[in-house]
Amino acid sequence: MKALAAHRRHPLVALALLLMALGVIGGGYAIVTTQPSSADTVMVGDQTQIEEGRRLYLEGCSSCHGLNAEGTSAGPTLIGVGAAAVHFQVATGRMPLAAPGAQAPVKKPEYTAEETLAMAAYIASLAPGPAIPTEEQIDYTDADIAEGGILFRINCAQCHQAAGQGGALTQGKYAPSLMEATPREIYEAMLTGPQNMPIFSDGTLPTEDKQAIIAYIVDLQQAPSPGGMSLGRLGPVVEGLFLWTAVLAAFLAAAVWIGIRAR
Amino acid sequence: MSDLTTRESGSAEEPKGILARHEYEGPGALTPADMEHHGRRSDVDPKAARRVERQITAMFLLSMVMVVLFVVAYVSIDVSADVYIPVLGLVGAQNVALGVTFGAAILFIGAGAIQWAKKLMPDVEVVQERHRLSSTPDQDAAAADQYQRGKEESGFAAYRILRRTLIGALALFPIPLVVLVRDMWTNTDPATQGMSPAEILSETAWTDGLRIVTDGTYQPIRPEDLPVGGLVSALPENIMEIQKENHNLNERGKSAIILVRMDPGEIRAQQGDGWDYEGILAFSKICTHVGCPIALYEHRTHHLLCPCHQSTFDLADAGNVIFGPAARRMPQLPIRVDEEGFLVASSDFQEPVGPSFWERG
Repeated sequence: MKALAAHRRHPLVALALLLMALGVIGGGYAIVTTQPSSADTVMVGDQTQIEEGRRLYLEGCSSCHGLNAEGTSAGPTLIGVGAAAVHFQVATGRMPLAAPGAQAPVKKPEYTAEETLAMAAYIASLAPGPAIPTEEQIDYTDADIAEGGILFRINCAQCHQAAGQGGALTQGKYAPSLMEATPREIYEAMLTGPQNMPIFSDGTLPTEDKQAIIAYIVDLQQAPSPGGMSLGRLGPVVEGLFLWTAVLAAFLAAAVWIGIRAR
Repeated sequence: MSDLTTRESGSAEEPKGILARHEYEGPGALTPADMEHHGRRSDVDPKAARRVERQITAMFLLSMVMVVLFVVAYVSIDVSADVYIPVLGLVGAQNVALGVTFGAAILFIGAGAIQWAKKLMPDVEVVQERHRLSSTPDQDAAAADQYQRGKEESGFAAYRILRRTLIGALALFPIPLVVLVRDMWTNTDPATQGMSPAEILSETAWTDGLRIVTDGTYQPIRPEDLPVGGLVSALPENIMEIQKENHNLNERGKSAIILVRMDPGEIRAQQGDGWDYEGILAFSKICTHVGCPIALYEHRTHHLLCPCHQSTFDLADAGNVIFGPAARRMPQLPIRVDEEGFLVASSDFQEPVGPSFWERG
C-alpha cells in the first residue's frame, strides 16, 4: 500500500484512473447474447413423432415432471399445458433446467427443432392445450404498431418495462428482456404464461391484438440507437447514473492531473 | 484586506497567517518534504522549455484541425450512415464524428492551457494572508449590551400583557393559511357537487351490474375468456363517457382494476363472502401506498408486486400486504355475471381505493 501511495502523484495516474473508470462502465454494459433457434415447421401430431417425443420425455424430463407428466415435488404437471408451452420452454433452452432456482434462465437449447416438436407432440397428446401458433397467427406484417404499443404498455410494460428490457420481480424472479425473443416465442408466452407470467388468453387478447404487440416488440428490437449504448432505454435516470459514475470519474481524473506538480 | 507575499517555498520564512502551516498538526498536515521546491526541467533547461512550448502549440493547432474536421464531417458524412463501434454497437457515423471532433477541439484547448500554466508560468508559491474570523471581545460585549438595551427600552420584559397577547396573535396568524390551503381545490364536477374530497375519494364509478371491459380494447369479458393463471387489466364499461363528461382522467385513476383467475381451492381468504366468480377475483389496480398502477402479478405465487416501492400483496389471501411500505390491503371489487354471461361488478368498492388520505386515518 505504501509503495502504491508513493506513486499517487505520477503523471500516468490520471490516465490510469480514466481508463479504469471507462473499463468498468464499458464492461458493465457489454452484454453477450445468443440467438435462440426457432422451429421452422410447426407440424405436431404424427404417431411416430409422439412415440419419439415420449422416449425423449422419459429420458430428459420425467425425473422432475413424473413418468406420466403428472408432476412431482420438483416440477409441475405437464398435462394440459399444450404443445405451445413445451416448444417455448425447450426451444428457448429454459428447459431442461440446469439447476433449481428462482427462475429458469434462457440458455442454448439442448434439443434440435425436430426433437422439440416431438416432445411437444407427446405432451399435446396427453390432454388438449394451446397448440404451437401457426405462421398465420404470428404474421404481424399488417398489424398496427401504435395499437400494439398501447396494448403493450397496458398488459406487458409493468413487468417487461416500456421498452421491453425486462425487470425484477419478487424473490429473485424476473421478467426477461424481450430483445432476443422471436414472434413465435412472444405469442407462446402470452398464450401459455410460462413460469410466473400470467396467461393473456385469446379471449381477452385476441390474435390480432397479440400480432399488434409482436409488431411493437419487433419494432423495439429493430429500433436504431444513433448515440450508441441505449442504456436499456430507461431514460434520464440511467443516463444520469452513467454521468455520475463514468463522467464524474473522468472529471476527477482530470482534476488530479491538473493538480499534479510539474517536474 | 489581504496582501500577497511571494516566496520560494521551503525557505526559512513562514507565512504570518492566523493558522500558519507549521501550527497545524492534524491529518493531511504539510511536511517539510511537501514544502520542498523542485525546479522544473523547463525552468533549468531552455531546450526543455522550448519542447514544452512546441507541445502546447501542437495542442492548439490540433484543436484547430479538429474544428476543420468537424465541419468536414458535418458536410460530408451521410446522416443515416451507421458504423459499428465495439461496446457502443451500431451508431450513427456522423453523430460520432461530430461528437469526437468537437469534444477533442475543446479538450486540446483546455489541455494546452493547463500545460502552459504548469510548465511555463511561474511556479512560485503564493500565500494569501487573511484576517481573524472571530469577533473581538469588545465587539462581543457591544452586541450583548445592544441586546440588553433593546430589551429594556422596548419594555418586552416589563409589559407582561403586551408580551403575552403578541405571542398569542402570532400563534393564531397561520390558521387562515391552513384553511386556504385546504380549499385550494374547487370541485367543478357536476356529478360530485356538494361532496367532500374524502367522499369523492371513497367512491368510484363501479355499481351493481356495470360491465367490466378490457383496458385498451374495451371489450366485455366472459368468465371463460379468462383461464386459470390469466390476468386482465380492466375498467368500467362507461369509462370513456365519464372521461368525456369530466374532461379529466380522474375516474380512470380510481376505477382501474385487474382481474385474475386462480383455482378456487387456492383462494385462502377474500374481503367478502363470494366476491369472486368461480375463482375470478377483481382487485383495484392502484397501490395503497402512493398510488402507482400495479399489475406485476405472479400467477404461481399469487403475489402482486408494486414496481415503485416493492409493496407486495397476496391476492390469494384477501389482498393483504406481505411486504413493503403499503399500510393497507388492496381493495377487492365484488363481481358476478349478468344475464348475458358477461362479468359485471356487484357493487362499488367497499373501501376507498388508492393511497391513504387524512380523513381515512
